[in-house]
Amino acid sequence: MNWHGVLAIYRFEMARFWRTLLQSFLSPVLSTSLYFVVFGSAIGSRIQEVEGIQYGAFIVPGLIMLSVMTQGISNASFGIYFPKFLGTIYELLSAPVDHREIVLGYVGAAATKSMFIGVVILATAALFVDLPVAHPGAMILFMVLTSLSFALMGFIIGIWARSFEQLQLVPLLVVTPLVFLGGAFYSISMLPPIWQSVTLFNPVVYLISGFRWSFFGAADVPVLFSLIAISGFTVLCLAVIAWIFKSGWRIRS
Amino acid sequence: MPAILSIRDVRKAYENGFEALKRVNLEIEQGEILALLGPNGAGKTTLISTICGITLPTEGQITVGGFDTQADFRSARNLIGLVPQEINLEPFETVLNTVRFSRGLFGKPRNDALIEDILKKLSLWDKRQARISELSGGMKRRVLIAKALSHEPKVLFLDEPTAGVDVELRKDMWEVVAELKAAGVTIILTTHYIEEAEAIADRIGVIRRGEILLVEDKQTLMAQMGQKILEVQLTGPVTEVPASLAAYDLSLGDDGRSLVYSYDTQGERTGITALLNAIAQAGLVLADVQTRQSSLEEIFVGLVQEEEKVA
Repeated sequence: MNWHGVLAIYRFEMARFWRTLLQSFLSPVLSTSLYFVVFGSAIGSRIQEVEGIQYGAFIVPGLIMLSVMTQGISNASFGIYFPKFLGTIYELLSAPVDHREIVLGYVGAAATKSMFIGVVILATAALFVDLPVAHPGAMILFMVLTSLSFALMGFIIGIWARSFEQLQLVPLLVVTPLVFLGGAFYSISMLPPIWQSVTLFNPVVYLISGFRWSFFGAADVPVLFSLIAISGFTVLCLAVIAWIFKSGWRIRS
Repeated sequence: MPAILSIRDVRKAYENGFEALKRVNLEIEQGEILALLGPNGAGKTTLISTICGITLPTEGQITVGGFDTQADFRSARNLIGLVPQEINLEPFETVLNTVRFSRGLFGKPRNDALIEDILKKLSLWDKRQARISELSGGMKRRVLIAKALSHEPKVLFLDEPTAGVDVELRKDMWEVVAELKAAGVTIILTTHYIEEAEAIADRIGVIRRGEILLVEDKQTLMAQMGQKILEVQLTGPVTEVPASLAAYDLSLGDDGRSLVYSYDTQGERTGITALLNAIAQAGLVLADVQTRQSSLEEIFVGLVQEEEKVA
């Protein structure tokens, strides 16, 4: 293993994050506060409690997941797309690093950034509502696995994308709708029975449910299903990336 | 000297059928400077990209320092430094971090003294905290060279390193190249500036349409293929070459004040004595006579044109 190489990629990517720290930090704090104002105060005052949990607290796991997923994807996709766009990828391709090391460096950095933002949102939310964490270990595990798997997905998108437009396409058209329809702001038990069944095909439901369970001990679907879903998604992304490097698809002619 | 770089039967064909390299064979000895000349699209950059791992060869084998560039890519690539033709740099990062990144990427531990030395030699030390986007084109090219040198390569590829840069940088770079050569680094240079190859290369390779036309010691090449030019200055101008001199294929120079004659130094007879006699018989008076060797550029143009006629 070329650990110096992994660390070099990781540091270089993190440097981009630190350069835009204010933006990286302020943006999630501001958007979380806005969600609390709109959902927590305006709507929350009418709903009050969902499954015995104060509505303001109920939406926190969904809010964190929304940011961790979208940030994981956008950081990793941008991280690998930018060298392709600039042409600096020549160095990566001619360096003594293999695909495991490249993925570790880029995905590791992207996952770190999205986890950082997740923690910032968690801290901001704690200022607005009482936030018990029933299973801290599980909460960390879900957050790590979600940021890693969505960063892996972002890496695939970054390699696939041929323009900045395409880079935005999947997060915008797929991930955000799935998160909004995945029970981020409601419990799926609040839906009519037919939509409860349909929503079970949305993989994000399992992630939000499992993450919410780690806070409140209550879940829409069994926690084991959530763990299987996130692990399965991670393995799928890893398999696609292994194929990409083996075939050289869109990176090495 | 053992070959540090060995290219055997390397072919590169793209999916659309275009054959960028046609069974290239080349051996490069340790410590030499090889200049690869060729017109645009000849396959120079493809050859370098294939050696460095940016593209994969369709067939054939490449070894660097005895290591196969595919089977043992880590050992092979550790030995290689690449200065690409295009200025590809992350614009928002500083010079120092960009160069440090390259060293780390190649698996080497941080070495601030070495990076300082490289940056000083390339006159970049004062700019080490500057962002790449703040640098001029010439400075950016220096950064590319610094990055390539950061992991102490044994084989350095310079792909058109002085394209569009000023005379000062070109001279700085030649000095760096001379130092590297003295330290035993092998250098493969592609260039459009033939005088550059003439000034610094030990051997010259000519590539055209994916084929190596020749690889020859620079001096031997110039001696073998060199034409010399004899210029006869006249005391008064003439409007045309006298008919009695038609057999010598002369051209008029300097507004009719000189006659220009090309001859092959390797030929059995140069024809100079007969020409001078014929000029005297034609009633022309000689003011001065000078000869000069044709440059590598003239040889190169002649060679490529000759091949094109054959093709």
